[in-house]
Amino acid sequence: MQNKASIQKAERIVVIDESPARAAILEAGLRDAGYQNVTLIDDMTGLLRRLSVIDPDVILIDLENPSRDTLEQMFQVSRSVRRPVAMFVDQSDASMIQAAVDASVSAYIVDGLKKERVKPILDMTISRFNAFARLSDELESVRTELADRKIIDRAKGILMAQKGLGEEEAYKLMRSTAMNHKKKMVDIAQSIITAAELLGGEGL
Amino acid sequence: MSGGNLEKTELSLGFIPLVDCSILVAAHEKGFASAEGLSLALHKERNWATIRDKLNLGHFDAAHMLAGMPVSASLGIGQVQVDTIAPFVMNLNGNAITVSSDVYTAMGDAADGDLSEPAHSGAALKKVIDAYEAPLTFAMVYPFSCHNYELRYWLAAAGIDPDRDVRIVVIPPSLIAESMRAGQIDGFCVGEPWNSLAVDMGLAHIVVPKSAFWRQGPEKVLGTTAAWADAHPKTLNALLKALYKAAQWCDESANHAELAQLLTQPHYLDVPALIILRALSGDLAFGPDEAQRHVENFLIFHRQAANFPWRSQALWLYSQMVRWGQADYSKVGEDIARSCFRPDIYRNALSGLTPPPILPGASEKVEGALFDPTPAGAKGRPLVLGPDNFFDERPFDPDDLQGYLASFPTL
Repeated sequence: MQNKASIQKAERIVVIDESPARAAILEAGLRDAGYQNVTLIDDMTGLLRRLSVIDPDVILIDLENPSRDTLEQMFQVSRSVRRPVAMFVDQSDASMIQAAVDASVSAYIVDGLKKERVKPILDMTISRFNAFARLSDELESVRTELADRKIIDRAKGILMAQKGLGEEEAYKLMRSTAMNHKKKMVDIAQSIITAAELLGGEGL
Repeated sequence: MSGGNLEKTELSLGFIPLVDCSILVAAHEKGFASAEGLSLALHKERNWATIRDKLNLGHFDAAHMLAGMPVSASLGIGQVQVDTIAPFVMNLNGNAITVSSDVYTAMGDAADGDLSEPAHSGAALKKVIDAYEAPLTFAMVYPFSCHNYELRYWLAAAGIDPDRDVRIVVIPPSLIAESMRAGQIDGFCVGEPWNSLAVDMGLAHIVVPKSAFWRQGPEKVLGTTAAWADAHPKTLNALLKALYKAAQWCDESANHAELAQLLTQPHYLDVPALIILRALSGDLAFGPDEAQRHVENFLIFHRQAANFPWRSQALWLYSQMVRWGQADYSKVGEDIARSCFRPDIYRNALSGLTPPPILPGASEKVEGALFDPTPAGAKGRPLVLGPDNFFDERPFDPDDLQGYLASFPTL
């Protein structure tokens, strides 16, 4: 049986990304798909020299990367790199381009590289960028959850100290208050902390 | 309210954090857009390329654009060709060429005349460059920007070949001051507030405000794709009315303090209001710890028919693309450039306003030919143009683009 990774693909791909984590995720995906010729660049100094050595077929860069204008000017003035153009090579594939922009992917493709060879690279990039965005969202929600829990614990402590409640009762009181006021528990907890800070008292 | 029959009422517009995005901010914040039945969502971007791409894909309906961008996009230079139009000019002037404090000191030592004259400052820079061993590096913000063309024009007028005697790189506006602090660049041409910010950081000295280079040159435009304009004619008209009224408001000095307070917010410029106010008032501090000096017409939002998209402005931009090798001259190219500035849409959108707006009768004019205020034909109210000369007093006749280019001495 033929191993997927053993199908070597010749396209030379450069990934420019300010996020090393996302760049690594993308590189791994491309390598798994048989693209062995992938170079990661996170430093814009000496970029033109590096590009002229690598002579890439495709350059992948975050759509919002502040270096994109710099990169495009390099293509314009330099005769040492072939001139890639921004992704709208083939406007017939509007859905792919839309997906790319939604995922915040921008690609520069050297003229002459066939669409059927570009598409799998872009598809891979889009899916990895989306996976990274989901991962970031999840991390963010875990962080928020942790921060929320600290606030709730602190408010619970205040209630226990000031009203002589047990832990379980204090928690239930906050939960029922939140439900009655159609608010999030963390908002109620924050109000308790703020009130306690204003009024002073034990449990702080 | 006139929102009833608009094709679309909620618009997404992209902008780059610069003082000359003021008209969009005022249209949104001061109710000029809602008075026309429009609701604007303004999106801050860091790259002109991102603005262009999001416009092409329909994520933006229209955008704050460099005046050269609709021309380069319509010609398909440096990107896939997309018919892009400019039906409204957001401002004349408002940028500057600035050099590092070290280069400015060296220019002062080398100067034979007043450094506030572009011809003298260019000659002084030429001496500095001849004496330096390593080439100086200058930054501008986009290959198809007025900044690129002004910088190159000024250098070339002093006998400095912008492609051989210096290095020119692109750096986004908000990163320029940091790049200078890091020692990566020796000078730059950028819009405000980024020159003043570099001055206040003690790094740099403003040398050529755009008004000293060309007394009335186009800077930013409202750009949109021809396809969007065709599909949304009523919406575009409503947007132009809102922008026209916002431009009037921005041009009134009585409103500048309020405008600076709007622009200083983190989601717009995120730069101190006092620095923003310098560009709005034209009272610039040219160097660190220098007293502010007034620059006449440093930034024009509205007066003198500033918002009218003259086809000759597009042709001047095209002439510079040809001059610096970005485009090969062709009659077809000239026609494409001419027709992407759209005075017809401007006139149509604004003709019903009260009080009547100034609507110039002509769509092209000789650029840079007026040394004194000069009356010109217009409907609505009387129009007085100029002065609008370039510092080297070379006029641009849009009917003789090749003759204009041939008039520059070879480097």
